[in-house]
Amino acid sequence: MLKRSKLLIIFAVIALVAAACGDDTSETTPTTSGGTATTQGTTATTQPDVGSAAGSGGNITLLQWQAPTAVNPYLSGGTKELLASSIVIEPLGEFTPAGELVPKLAAEIPTIENGGLAADQTSITWTLKDTVWSDGTPLTADDVVFTYEYCTTEATGCTQSSLFAGITSVEAVDPLNVKITFEGPTPYPYNAFVSYQAPVIQKAQFEQCIGAAAAGCTDANFGPIGTGPYVVREFRTNDTALYDFNPNYRGNADGQPFFGEVLIKGGGDADASARSVLQLGEADYGWNLQVDPTVLDNLEATGIGTVFAGFASNVERLMINQTNPDPALGDLRSVYGDGNNPHPFLTNPNIVKALSMAIDRQTLVDVGYKSGGTPTCNVWPAPPAQSTNNDDCLVQDIEGAKALLDAEGAVDTDGDGVREYNGARLSVLYQTSTNAVRQSNQDLIKAWWEEIGVETELRNIDASVFFGGDPASPDTYQKFYADIEMYTNGSGSVDPQAYMGNWVQAEMPTPANNFGGQNIQRFASDEYDALFSELTTESDLAKRAELTIQLNDMLVQSGSMVPMIWRASVSAYSNEIQNQGDLNAWDSEYWNIHEWTRVVG
Amino acid sequence: MGRYAIRRMLGAIPTLIVISLVIFTILELAPGDPTGTLPLTVPPEVRENIRETLGLNDPFFLSWLKWMRQMFISEPLNAIESVTGLQIGDGERLRIISWASRGPAVDTIVERLPQTLWVLGLGFIFGIIIAIPVGVVSAYKQYSIFDNAGTVISMIGYSVPVFFTGPLAIIVFSVWLGWFPSFYDTTHTVSDWSSLVFQMKQLAMPVAVLSLFNAAALSRFTRSSMLDNLNEDYVRTARSKGLTENRVVMRHVLRNSLIPVTTLIALQVPGIFAGAIVTEQIFRINGLGQLLISAINGADYPMVQTLTFIFAVLIVLFNLVADLIYGILDPRIRYE
Repeated sequence: MLKRSKLLIIFAVIALVAAACGDDTSETTPTTSGGTATTQGTTATTQPDVGSAAGSGGNITLLQWQAPTAVNPYLSGGTKELLASSIVIEPLGEFTPAGELVPKLAAEIPTIENGGLAADQTSITWTLKDTVWSDGTPLTADDVVFTYEYCTTEATGCTQSSLFAGITSVEAVDPLNVKITFEGPTPYPYNAFVSYQAPVIQKAQFEQCIGAAAAGCTDANFGPIGTGPYVVREFRTNDTALYDFNPNYRGNADGQPFFGEVLIKGGGDADASARSVLQLGEADYGWNLQVDPTVLDNLEATGIGTVFAGFASNVERLMINQTNPDPALGDLRSVYGDGNNPHPFLTNPNIVKALSMAIDRQTLVDVGYKSGGTPTCNVWPAPPAQSTNNDDCLVQDIEGAKALLDAEGAVDTDGDGVREYNGARLSVLYQTSTNAVRQSNQDLIKAWWEEIGVETELRNIDASVFFGGDPASPDTYQKFYADIEMYTNGSGSVDPQAYMGNWVQAEMPTPANNFGGQNIQRFASDEYDALFSELTTESDLAKRAELTIQLNDMLVQSGSMVPMIWRASVSAYSNEIQNQGDLNAWDSEYWNIHEWTRVVG
Repeated sequence: MGRYAIRRMLGAIPTLIVISLVIFTILELAPGDPTGTLPLTVPPEVRENIRETLGLNDPFFLSWLKWMRQMFISEPLNAIESVTGLQIGDGERLRIISWASRGPAVDTIVERLPQTLWVLGLGFIFGIIIAIPVGVVSAYKQYSIFDNAGTVISMIGYSVPVFFTGPLAIIVFSVWLGWFPSFYDTTHTVSDWSSLVFQMKQLAMPVAVLSLFNAAALSRFTRSSMLDNLNEDYVRTARSKGLTENRVVMRHVLRNSLIPVTTLIALQVPGIFAGAIVTEQIFRINGLGQLLISAINGADYPMVQTLTFIFAVLIVLFNLVADLIYGILDPRIRYE
């Protein structure tokens, strides 16, 4: 029998458990530990006499199912962090949804005509608008210089440092003018301090956070002082970001921004975000809604929200391995080796052309993307450098593909349903990252290829491994231990130069560079390399577009790449939100958040 | 008893060291890379530089020792400082830094605790409150309609997974009826009556789903434990003494039946802190479960190491607590 005292102990334990849970009821208030950055004091400054409605619009809820982990774009360069920081800190210039470069913190875009860009294109001088930080202090050229130093100090571990490549110095000419000097003539000088990838941070705040100290500055990384329409009130990593409107914002006199409070909420998945915006009306915006298009259509039919698509340069493509991935080769698998290790049949452009002809790109779009994609035959899909020379691929032609293979001598000699070419069976291993849309597209393509007599084995690899770049893993897209692989890539900039530079021979992933290059398919062409170096010195925009088209055609016609779908960013807005314009895929989707308003109808 | 507890606690130290080494080894061997989540436009040299600054290229044993120092010296000292406001030494020490946020891992964990404890704690408590009476009545009235209905409902609760009941609840109560929000706002503060109502609304669905799941298993366990005891000789003795039926069941049978149930409950307590990965994902409660899964996906190893180690400590601790409770409840058991 139990004694009364012992029974009491049981209840004491249960009560303790209950108390442990109950105690935390008061804890939903922001914690005082360093994890929560608060940017107080900014609201204490006197509000300019605006006589208008700046900050009067209540709150707006933005769903980013992949939640931001920090508000510093230089330390974590995923789109989710770039977005979270883009409404606080701003660059000198930004891109519109049409891909046009317009000034943001700069008074104008420097060009040769207005004297901002030196005639020999070795330096550029930006002039700043009269702007104040949210703490009331003026923005000066020193802040711009500091941003350059911050990102180019190696120990900072800056994710955007490639945007500052080719720069020898950034100097403050006077408080409002900053001069960038390049190593040589630079036909496209608008990478540094342009777009949400390279905004200006405040020197006074980050001065102690440069180099190895960068990671320790949690308060600054979670709550940077900015010039943008909003300031961080509270930031919870990987969960929620809460912002107040910036009373010192330059648009206050025009009643901008409209919303007084912005909440970015993360968590869940794209489906749940789509439902919250389009069906439940709980949120005003949902980012990156890669959802089964039929489901998205059904949700949109509720009639309280609208799906927006914005196209930049992302293309879902098949990369065709130009080297031999045979496992029997050991360490030489998929290694270029000066051209001594060619793929047994995929180096023949006509065989790859037959594979491309067998694909019905419109069906792939209908199944996986709908409004979020459009069929393409080009690596560079966006105007003005959009090629029309490869458009015959837009129509599926199974019989034509079979005839082409027959003409190449790739015929089925042993009657097993699979063709042979020079003694090699046309059997391919086709890999991609794990993702429902990609797997459904893989199934369709496999069926078409088997129809033309090409045996296809499918494989999918978890995205964190596939794109992880671990040199020790055999499953990364750079190692390319397969015949064909599928993924999406695009240009970080409106200018194609950096992106087209991916396919020069020096960019090939090899054991020597730890499989680090971006010429994933091991495309080797001296002609391409020569044409690319022409692009790096050409400054006439029309000629640059022409060169881009030639480079694009060379890649596609070489049979080392099969572009399939020009992919859009897909996001949804509540119908109450107005003035957001087109969805911006070249820059932050929040690029004009200061103009957004709400109309309750 | 006291000596036994101390001996067990000392014995737990080598266990925990081995656990931390195992966690480290598994993560060392696991594929994945923290720079894998960056856009493809970030070039390889930049990625290599980021890996270098994160200390990813340090030798395995060195990074383990460094983590041990941070976990057992820096973090406890820091916790003492922030609770008491005192400064120990110069206050400058290396804390465990998350690779994803570049912020201190322990601060993020503390930030996540409230919502996890709210949801899982309430789900746990409601589960117990429902399960024990249901188990008792089911056993006492074995094969009655109530018992059969309880069996069916708890079988459904136990075998239908949360990833089905969760979305079902959202469809019914958010989409059709519009009663509750489908996501959980962690920044919401309870300050007055209407904010308390909102807090209850956003807790309702996840707590209900978890309570059902917890209650299902526990009620079956209570029922079988009661059935074992109802047939014992001492129950007949108690009845033959002329005690009322109420007294027999509530004082004699229930108390003895609760011994294994209490042990089971104690063993489940660490689970409250571990979070509910699936439930948190469905209802978008960014608690500890979501933190763990996103850290694993983003290859944020310092965060994974710290979280899993804290779970390991709690599990070892509550195993000990369960043993001690057992000793207190059952006088026949003596630890020497």
